[in-house]
Amino acid sequence: MEDDLRELYQEVILDHGKNPRNFARPQNANYEANGNNPLCGDKLTIFVKLGADNIIEDAGFDGRGCAISIASASMMTDIVKGRSIEQVDILFGIFHRMCTGEDISEVPSEFEDDIDKLMVMSGVKQFPMRVKCATLGWHAMQAAVRGDEIASSE
Amino acid sequence: MVFETKNKISPNINDYNIDSIRDDFPALSLECNGYPLSFLDSGASAQKPSKVLERMDHAYRNEYANVHRGAYTLSQQATDNYENARKTVADFMNAKSSDEIIFTRNVTSAINLVAHSYGRNFLKAGDEVVISHMEHHANIVPWQLLRDAVGIELKIAPIDDAGNFLLDDFEKILGPKTKLVAITHVSNVLGTIVPIKKIVQLAKTVDAKVLIDGCQGIVHEGVDVQSLDADFYAFTGHKLYGPSGIGVLWGKLDLLNAMPPYEGGGDMIEIVTFEKSTFRDAPARFEAGTPPIIEAVGLAAAIDYITSIGVNNIATHENHMLEYATSCLAEIDGLRIIGNADKKIGIISFELDDIHPHDISTIIDSKGVAVRAGHHCAQPLMERYGVPATTRASFGMYTSEGDIDQLADALKYAKGIFG
Repeated sequence: MEDDLRELYQEVILDHGKNPRNFARPQNANYEANGNNPLCGDKLTIFVKLGADNIIEDAGFDGRGCAISIASASMMTDIVKGRSIEQVDILFGIFHRMCTGEDISEVPSEFEDDIDKLMVMSGVKQFPMRVKCATLGWHAMQAAVRGDEIASSE
Repeated sequence: MVFETKNKISPNINDYNIDSIRDDFPALSLECNGYPLSFLDSGASAQKPSKVLERMDHAYRNEYANVHRGAYTLSQQATDNYENARKTVADFMNAKSSDEIIFTRNVTSAINLVAHSYGRNFLKAGDEVVISHMEHHANIVPWQLLRDAVGIELKIAPIDDAGNFLLDDFEKILGPKTKLVAITHVSNVLGTIVPIKKIVQLAKTVDAKVLIDGCQGIVHEGVDVQSLDADFYAFTGHKLYGPSGIGVLWGKLDLLNAMPPYEGGGDMIEIVTFEKSTFRDAPARFEAGTPPIIEAVGLAAAIDYITSIGVNNIATHENHMLEYATSCLAEIDGLRIIGNADKKIGIISFELDDIHPHDISTIIDSKGVAVRAGHHCAQPLMERYGVPATTRASFGMYTSEGDIDQLADALKYAKGIFG
């Protein structure tokens, strides 16, 4: 259990949790959505600058949450820059399977580097009640690019 | 901080045999992640003594049939058990009559019953319902639904930063439009004991009805509904060391019998034709369908168990645990207790540095400590204190100093992880 815990709360995650990247609304952001976790009351707002060709040119976020949800949103906003909406969907699908401990052996080569970076979050699979923390930012990101205003982890 | 109980009859805490009480609760001997379980979430739901589990098991095996229906022996026995449980609850609350005891699903359904049956029929647009800033969502949302349906206005009685209910401000809110006051007996987040007796007295000066949410309060103080003289008092079984799936609404009989049914169905009717139906008096009027039969038996067993130990003795023990925990936690750097009311029960909500409560909960769980992390179904109160969530340790009759030491050590470990 304590090994699992150390894997979940490893340095990279603690660092992203304390010093989140892209923790602001980017200038020219044209889409945003709130992500709410009704279980704990955590709230994140994801901001996106979406180009004409559905490419995410910039992304940022703010809000309050636990180390896991903040670290996950921080890493996500780094990774989605330059990706299309469709690519983000695929990335989230793989990330979600990673968090729930499902098979992710067949990652398309174009996403391998991103998934390697996200692997630090995979410790969450030992803590099923925390999966929603890890995916909150991603849900809100999807809601933002689809033009929805609110995403829920439920 | 002052730690008081209503009536201390056990000045010597050594009279309270904590080891023997802990032995009565099978769950307390569980291991959790390689550590003894330190269960500090009784405010969410309490563990059950063997006497409750055995009584329910026996009733399911030997005394089970539907109630109020059969003319056969087994059904009569089940019915007797169910109605005797009602009597046990009535005696525990010092109700005038068992007929004033309505079995519900939980306290939420009890409050919703009042909001629907009383609220929609006796309140009208412009009438005011007063709640406090520290209500559980169960005592907020039903009144918002009533507001949307009927047009009542919701008024919020304030608290101070320590979490004390402000009687003077409450008095100022009361007026000719105040028709109902719905207030918690004890805050589930802050532990504040609310001066419900004074609240009832003040509400009566403007002829307002009073509902008390006794979810936490009855567990730690008990209640004497005749002396309190409120109109409704609601509580739930599972926080009182009884089973989940059963709650209680006590109401004054005249009032209950003036209220129309909440749910329609079997058992609550006198005569049904396709043109119209007539309804029985309380409590049957409000118990449509098959009730929580064995849960009632379990609740009665829980009340018998608590009574055998003594509500006041339990309260005294829990006050000692609150004192002990408050001093232990005060020694941890960066720990801030939210809720320092003059009178409180064994509930401690806190923040630790800037570590999120969910992270704290996950980390200390690895050391066998079970606490609640989150908004505790009291989001407006979280807003009041400017926090999205807190960590909450809540004590029960079986909480030991060892549980609290384990919490303090685990919190220090969490601090270590976050550097």
